[in-house]
Amino acid sequence: MKPPKFEYHAPRTVDEALALLGRYGGDAKVLAGGQSLMPLLNFRLARPAALVDLNRIPSLAFIEESGGGVRLGAMTRQRTIEFSPVIAQRVPLLKEATRWVGHLPIRTRGTVGGSIAHADPSAEYPAVLTALEGEVVARGAKGERVIKAADLFQTYLTTNLTPDEILTEVRLPAMAAGTGYALEEFARRHGDFAIIGIAAVVVRDGQRCKTARLATAGAGPVPVRLRAAEEILERDGLGEAAIDAAARKATELVDPDSDIHGSADYRRHLTGVLTKRALVRAMGVARG
Amino acid sequence: MMTVRLKVNGVAHEGRCEPRKLLVDFIREDLGLTGTHVGCEHGICGACTIMVNGESARSCIMLAVQADGAELMTVEGLMQDGKLHPLQEAFREHHGLQCGFCTPGMLMTALDFLRTNPSPSDGEIREGISAVLCRCTGYQGIVNAVRAAAATLRGGR
Repeated sequence: MKPPKFEYHAPRTVDEALALLGRYGGDAKVLAGGQSLMPLLNFRLARPAALVDLNRIPSLAFIEESGGGVRLGAMTRQRTIEFSPVIAQRVPLLKEATRWVGHLPIRTRGTVGGSIAHADPSAEYPAVLTALEGEVVARGAKGERVIKAADLFQTYLTTNLTPDEILTEVRLPAMAAGTGYALEEFARRHGDFAIIGIAAVVVRDGQRCKTARLATAGAGPVPVRLRAAEEILERDGLGEAAIDAAARKATELVDPDSDIHGSADYRRHLTGVLTKRALVRAMGVARG
Repeated sequence: MMTVRLKVNGVAHEGRCEPRKLLVDFIREDLGLTGTHVGCEHGICGACTIMVNGESARSCIMLAVQADGAELMTVEGLMQDGKLHPLQEAFREHHGLQCGFCTPGMLMTALDFLRTNPSPSDGEIREGISAVLCRCTGYQGIVNAVRAAAATLRGGR
């Protein structure tokens, strides 16, 4: 239960970090908050030749309003997000989701970029990024590229970031005032990974639903956008029957796996239950 | 080998270690401060929780080299001038420990939790200490202790 040997680097700039990644040609791992990578090292499930630690790059930790959205530096701690007035006002779904991320002493270290780049399918931030149609910025030797949430997650613990790239920034569109939102989750113990989580966003126009966004955590190898369920709400509004129909549709849109924490059937059932709960609560918050 | 310079409970220390040395092992083996316990070694049980630059963190999933330049506080730093910290007194008073293995982690987690939430509900206390596993299943006593300590700390003692 001790990490294997590795070389350790703590660069001060992203350029230095990229040069190091280039030098190791795919054999180095980027260390962000370490709340997932360190356990993997302790178990020796990961055996990189080197660690490139981003914790001493101050330019990677920031929260900024920009245009119609919020930009977060990849090394922004979850605990900072939890207490950020900008996040509370502009992206309240992210604040709500943060309460579900690990535990207090995990969130002090864990980062927004690390959680998304790690791409655990039961994690909350990938579901929020997916529901809000956010983007991430990746920097590599060849420059910078912007990756949409829908293109980022490939399968379990796998994104389309290349080994010589660093996720530097997360961009989320601001939620308009009055937008309804909720994150519902079920886990055996608070702070454990979700067996199922549902992120919901609704924009109301009287009894009509202008926009609905639903995304899952834990319901398959990547976060799942429940588009066909969203369409039911956008067509039929936010009445009880429409919410019931959307929740039923949600169970048909996911293809979860069975594991020690729950069977596929159980997860599919939970997807429906939590979709309904999330929508009811989101509607209660929504104005307009 | 790399040099690590840091402060623990206000005292400056320096040591040399491999980059792969876990912070908790550095604290226990190199600095001889064995109050911090090692449980699961993968960030689940919370026994190794300490304060790093004023915030709680699990020292089994941090490297010692990452703490170079940091100010740490371990359970040994809770007692001041020969007097137990109000959290320690409350744990003693309310049967907040049985075997004591999780206790350092419980205390340090509760310290950070009450710093940011000085008047928690019982539900919030349970959510807060869910970060640490007690295998004596003594949670009720721990919840009672944290509630009592919160009142004492609010009273400004």
